[in-house]
Amino acid sequence: MAFFRINTPSFYKKTIMCPQHITTKERLAIPRQEMPSQNPDVRNKNFKEVNLGYTPELAQQEALRCIQCKDPSCIKGCPVNIKIDQFIKLIADGNFLGAAKKIKEDNVLPAICGRVCPQEDQCEKACILTKKHKSVAIGNLERFAADFERETGNVELPAVKASTGKKIAVIGSGPAGLSCANDLIQLGHSVTVFEALHELGGVLVYGIPEFRLPKEIVKLEIDGLKQLGVKFITNTVAGRSITVDELLKEEDFDAVFIGVGAGLPWFLGIPGENLLGVYSANEFLTRVNLMKSYQFPDNDTPVFNCKGKNVAVFGGGNTAMDAVRTAKRLGADHAYIVYRRSEAEMPARIEEVHHAQEEGIEFLMLMNPLEFLGNEQQWLTGAKCLKMELGEPDDSGRRRPVPIKDSEFILPIDMAVISIGNGSNPLIKQTTPDIEVSKRDTIVVDINTMATSKEDVYAGGDIVTGGATVILAMGAGRTAAKAIHEKLMGIDPHE
Amino acid sequence: MHKIVSAIFLAENIKKIEIEAPRIAKKRKAGQFIMIRVDQTGERIPLTIADADPEKGTITIIVQGMGKSTKELNTKEAGDTISDIVGPLGAPSEIENFGTAVSIGGGVGTAIAYPTAVALKKAGNYVITINGARSKDLVILEKEMNAVSDEAYITTDDGSYGFHGFVTQKLQELIDSGKKIDYVLAIGPIPMMKAIAEVTRPYNIKTMVSLNPIMVDGTGMCGGCRVTVNDEIKFACVDGPEFDAHQVDFKNLTDRNKLYLPEEKQSAEAFAHKCNLQ
Repeated sequence: MAFFRINTPSFYKKTIMCPQHITTKERLAIPRQEMPSQNPDVRNKNFKEVNLGYTPELAQQEALRCIQCKDPSCIKGCPVNIKIDQFIKLIADGNFLGAAKKIKEDNVLPAICGRVCPQEDQCEKACILTKKHKSVAIGNLERFAADFERETGNVELPAVKASTGKKIAVIGSGPAGLSCANDLIQLGHSVTVFEALHELGGVLVYGIPEFRLPKEIVKLEIDGLKQLGVKFITNTVAGRSITVDELLKEEDFDAVFIGVGAGLPWFLGIPGENLLGVYSANEFLTRVNLMKSYQFPDNDTPVFNCKGKNVAVFGGGNTAMDAVRTAKRLGADHAYIVYRRSEAEMPARIEEVHHAQEEGIEFLMLMNPLEFLGNEQQWLTGAKCLKMELGEPDDSGRRRPVPIKDSEFILPIDMAVISIGNGSNPLIKQTTPDIEVSKRDTIVVDINTMATSKEDVYAGGDIVTGGATVILAMGAGRTAAKAIHEKLMGIDPHE
Repeated sequence: MHKIVSAIFLAENIKKIEIEAPRIAKKRKAGQFIMIRVDQTGERIPLTIADADPEKGTITIIVQGMGKSTKELNTKEAGDTISDIVGPLGAPSEIENFGTAVSIGGGVGTAIAYPTAVALKKAGNYVITINGARSKDLVILEKEMNAVSDEAYITTDDGSYGFHGFVTQKLQELIDSGKKIDYVLAIGPIPMMKAIAEVTRPYNIKTMVSLNPIMVDGTGMCGGCRVTVNDEIKFACVDGPEFDAHQVDFKNLTDRNKLYLPEEKQSAEAFAHKCNLQ
């Protein structure tokens, strides 16, 4: 049994034998442990990870804050229902490896989810402590357990069942595809993952920046799947290099899971959007993250030279925060978020907004761009914007932004990044017409099985939901894996 | 990794490279392209597939050394490898029996005009090809173009071979001679494609051009390759690369292709320096 010392608050200093002896009142007296992070003025000039992770001491203290509810509501708040109370208790007991194993029973990518999940809207929002105190830092603890297991070289491969002889194709190596592949390989199926880009990981490598999710972590998670026997084929675009029908008929796959993610970026549809210096967030982030253009000229791919320039990112989601913080790191003098509603309506995670503010990002709220302006050489020089005020709530329940009359002004900028979401990639729809799609071109599925309208074809992640989160995509991948397994093995799920 | 089967210079600075890529060789159609990344630090660049041999499992690209990546590609020899190739991408050329079809290639654009000329011939068209170059030693694919053409013309800017003048002048001459032309495909430098569009516009001849904007992923994900067609934003990688020449905003394409001129210059100079040292 581990001995450990509780340091804060000071009146509470005592050495204890066993955490079970702490009363609820004592647990509640422990403040939520802050995540150590790089100094904002240092980190906004480098691409290293912002959050540094809990030490074992911080993790144990934080874990002690969990009052171990009889009916933990946090688990219901988690899209993949991680046994949160159990893994936190293991951390409190000092059994960090046990905690990591417990998480992995439900979540195959804990080091990733511990970093990028919107916990404040999921498990932590449901935490009973939020009523009177701050919630338990479940995400930070998940990350700690996964990092501890990996950094101490204790990652154990799960057991793989005897071969079933069934072959499954997974299209896309993002969070949906990886979690689906993981479950299917463990059930004894042969799994091949097809990826369009030259690198594996989907949005985890091209979209989410290094400073929020180190690519080495993604690589190690994928290496684990390779060791389990998952085959990965890069540079293969579904619908072009190979179609769903060819996979089923010519390459003898018994089932196909489509997890190709969101597709074509939306633009604002205002004049001047094709000026030089106007980017989609996808392009800007892909150049920097996947193609490593921040290391130009050592890497060949260039990106807009932000040094000493004014950059505005239009949008208020997590991708917008990633883009604006990336521009700051590339040396932008002013890096703005321009959003047409107020900060309260921004869809980005609170943590990301705080991090951005600490790093010197300037938030221009209630502003709507009308037109991009350029010079004779067609380089962007500014954005004509209109000031807004909040009116009545709209269909989404958020207060509708209403233009303020005669409030037009010009924001001088050298680069604009449009981050207002993505439509669906049309390639699957064009080449597999018997898969039903919605008006927005997302694939229609039965949410209990993720089965599409086409026999033996399943889908999940952003191609089904439109732009959403890593954990939702992972949950969909797992639901599909279970349904595929039951279908191929002739198991009745209701028995 | 993709092995290079053969690599030969067709003209100064223009190399024909045959690469192992069995899946692409089987699937590709005229007008489609690949994204290629030469090595681990390389950029992804689009190149149109000039030819393919599905049985051998190879594709052929014809590369003019322009920037760092294409120059580096042209240093490759048979037996060397290419890190990444993905394709076939883009919508295939629209092929039907139009009647009389003219396929025009300017410079290395001929490498792209050629496979479409083959497909047009196969579809039953009367095929006329106009193969333009600055001078005789830069003319490529003469034999191949002759083989698929009912009428084949070569033009050189300096008059050193074939018709003395531009491809536009030759096309105008054909129109003026009273020949009924139903379809024109023009592929080459932007000013050439723009000029062809102006030649055919008064006669309302359906004219297609293949656009070459800067791309990153080539699958529709980034939108970097957006072009203005009929006042609408189109993505060349999924909506194109071929578009109606009479609706393309060529000025916007020209401007957007200048986005990384300083960086391209820097990379090319560093590469030239490295080559000189070796």
